[in-house]
Amino acid sequence: MKYLLVALQIVVLIAVSPFITGLIKKIKNFIRLRKGPGVFQPYYDLAKLAGKEEVISRDTSWIFAFAPYAVIGSVTAALLLVPAFGPGISLNRAGDLIAMIFILAFGRFFMALAGLDAGSAFGGMGSSREMFISSLVEPVALLSVFAVSLNCGSTDAQAVASYGTFRFSTLVATGALFAVTIAETSRIPVDNRETHLELTMIHEAMVLEYSGRSLALIELASHIKQVLFFSVIAAVAVPFGNYAVKMLVIAAAVAALEVSMAKMRLFRVVDMMSFSFVLSVIAVVISAMGY
Amino acid sequence: MQLAGNFGDLSGDYLSLFFLFTILLISVPAAVYSTGYMMGEYGGKKKAVLWALLAAFVSSMALVVLTANAFVFLVAWELMSLLSYFLVVSDFKHEKSVKAGTIYIVMTHIGTAFMTAAFLVMFRYSGSFDFSALKEACSTMPPEIKNIVFLMLLAGFGTKAGLVPLHIWLPYAHPQAPSHISSIMSAVMIKTAVYGMLRFVFMILGIGAIWWGNLVLVLALVSCLAGIMYALTENDLKRLLAYSSVENIGIIMLGVGASMVFMKMGLPAVSLLALCAGLFHLINHAVFKGLLFLCAGSIYKATGTRNIEHLGGLIKKMPVTAAAFLAGSIAISGLPPFNGFVSEWLTLQALFTGAVNTGGSYKIFLCVCAALLALTGGLAAACFVKAFGVTFLAVPRSRAAERAGEVPLSMKAPMVFLAAAAVLLGVGAPSAIRCISAVADSVIAAPAGGITLSASLNTVIIASAIFTASAAAFYFMRPRRTTECNTWDCGYYKLGARTEYSATAFSKPLRIAFGFFLLPYSKTEKIRDSFYHVRSFKYEVFTTPVFRDYVYEPAVKLVFMAARQVKKIQPGSIHVYVAYIFATIVLLVIFMGRF
Repeated sequence: MKYLLVALQIVVLIAVSPFITGLIKKIKNFIRLRKGPGVFQPYYDLAKLAGKEEVISRDTSWIFAFAPYAVIGSVTAALLLVPAFGPGISLNRAGDLIAMIFILAFGRFFMALAGLDAGSAFGGMGSSREMFISSLVEPVALLSVFAVSLNCGSTDAQAVASYGTFRFSTLVATGALFAVTIAETSRIPVDNRETHLELTMIHEAMVLEYSGRSLALIELASHIKQVLFFSVIAAVAVPFGNYAVKMLVIAAAVAALEVSMAKMRLFRVVDMMSFSFVLSVIAVVISAMGY
Repeated sequence: MQLAGNFGDLSGDYLSLFFLFTILLISVPAAVYSTGYMMGEYGGKKKAVLWALLAAFVSSMALVVLTANAFVFLVAWELMSLLSYFLVVSDFKHEKSVKAGTIYIVMTHIGTAFMTAAFLVMFRYSGSFDFSALKEACSTMPPEIKNIVFLMLLAGFGTKAGLVPLHIWLPYAHPQAPSHISSIMSAVMIKTAVYGMLRFVFMILGIGAIWWGNLVLVLALVSCLAGIMYALTENDLKRLLAYSSVENIGIIMLGVGASMVFMKMGLPAVSLLALCAGLFHLINHAVFKGLLFLCAGSIYKATGTRNIEHLGGLIKKMPVTAAAFLAGSIAISGLPPFNGFVSEWLTLQALFTGAVNTGGSYKIFLCVCAALLALTGGLAAACFVKAFGVTFLAVPRSRAAERAGEVPLSMKAPMVFLAAAAVLLGVGAPSAIRCISAVADSVIAAPAGGITLSASLNTVIIASAIFTASAAAFYFMRPRRTTECNTWDCGYYKLGARTEYSATAFSKPLRIAFGFFLLPYSKTEKIRDSFYHVRSFKYEVFTTPVFRDYVYEPAVKLVFMAARQVKKIQPGSIHVYVAYIFATIVLLVIFMGRF
């Protein structure tokens, strides 16, 4: 029964994931007093890409062809570990929150290699920046996960999700986790999905050579990754209240942040991540103090 | 005269056997590999010498981990160091090899001097070099002497392990040796130092104070971060791997140090877990670093260069080497389902469980340790994306890389074997951990129930989940029609190797962000045809090796300065020497008369 629920959860979350992206876009446009595309636009985009012919570079190797599958595989496997719909619904036998961070790194590793594979300077630049930012994000992600886990004494996502009492340290750690989410989902102020400007793009530069169905897979993987991080905040870090409502709140927060800030210079991201790191250390300190 | 102990005694406990197994696991494939590697590289006589040295080297390592007598241990240790020195300088026609050998032999002897001193102090209390006698004697040793012995042992073994700041020899010696030797040195020889730590500090000396563990933890963290940052900026493939060994020794020592701390805190279960993590990372690092050095050797053999800026596109020319290197890179970056992931996860779990069970400042300290380990992991992934991506992907950057071909079977087979071992140790982690916990059990008196984890991990499920999802995606979303075309060139012209992203450029953001430690500087040179026309630009980036420039060079300068001062009293004139002798006799007579 549990496994059935887990399977159902993963199918629903994957199916819903493009909608969240569409929703964020809609909220952004609402704030900007624009009409904007409908919330289902990401689905249409995926369908369009799935029907398209693929153009691949002559210089690429099997790494380039394989990377989209590795990425989708890693985000799906990571999604299995998050108890989104209820504290008991995840494959906690397979791994914990630490394992989740490492599994996501697996997909990123191949994505960065694929960026280098075509021999274009854009791809290399994207890979370099992606690995740079992710190596700064990783300690923050881990420490904020530690901070939320310290209170219940286990890094198991289910144990953290079913830990009933509200602790102040969790709130602070959630702040750091939110910064991680912004960086990992390529959102402003770290990255900007909406532009293909050579000098600023990170994720988009890395996937510049992709087209057709491979691009559709990569896009879908980004949607899933977004749902994954939102769910970690909604279901694991703040395990109170209605899951769907919390997801909407997080989406709205991300959208509000995106319209209210400009993209940072690459090396300002270091400051942002240092700040988040300090925030997560503070969370641990507060937890050590017993709050 | 009575012998100080039984020199022939061997210790056959799990710890010794575990290290013997690790040594053989790497040495045998490396030896097979060397048959192909040495072909065409060296002449017949030199080959024979190298074979003999290799056999003696591996035997001396085996003796180091098997003997049960400290004196024999020291002799075997010295043999191991000397034999590896000869192997490092086996390309003695290169000036670099000789320099590397010199740095190596000086550093290793400084380490041996510390160890000898430590053993002699222990011997004063025991009167025998037998491990059992030493252990008995150490229980009656006063704590301050224990502290001194520990510091000497740490300095001695730390030098061999390559703990920062004693790592200085490692990036010189490891790359300069023939690749199968680099592989053995980096994968197993530096691990004998971990064996020494476990044998002499854990089992014989006994952990005296909690600051011992703290010291090891801090040194380990510094090693992790410094090692990986230097590796990131390095473009010489074998030096990159050598620096990454410094990082991985740091991760191993993180487990060992955490184990020491937890033991003194009265948390034997967590201590056992931390030691298991350290030992598991030890064998994992042996496997993937051995593998990566063999791959680097294949690349060198095929292209004649170790500079990754001159490589590229090798995945099409050397598919097996590329796959093996990729496996090693994934494993060393700590990505599931490979073995490096499991041991890093275990280390993090140990730190977490420790943090849960302690309070106050230790909780914060351990969490920050874990976060810095995560930073190391992230940087390692970046480093190996660079190493693999620039070496194997895109377009060849030189003629040598264009003409490269796959290496012979005798070199491919050992690489494939070690790559398979990396997967097997990852997927079969539960069984491996069971064996290793028995080893850790023999080192520290384990509590009932063995290791307990706060969460579970199953690499088989993770691997099959990733595989199933990828396969489903492939089944439904496989491209139907594809067209081959040039890489997007903004409509200018056909891009070539010169417009590719280079390794130096790849690591630039990190060089800037960690500039406070790496202290990068660059040199620009304009080559002009005339005053008005610049024909070409030369741009070089360097990082400052802080430890070399600010620790070792001043030390060396000091030694030379002292030598010059001593030289002043040695003018070479016989009259002065006669005067010295006379003065000495007078002094002695006064001395004898007084006392």
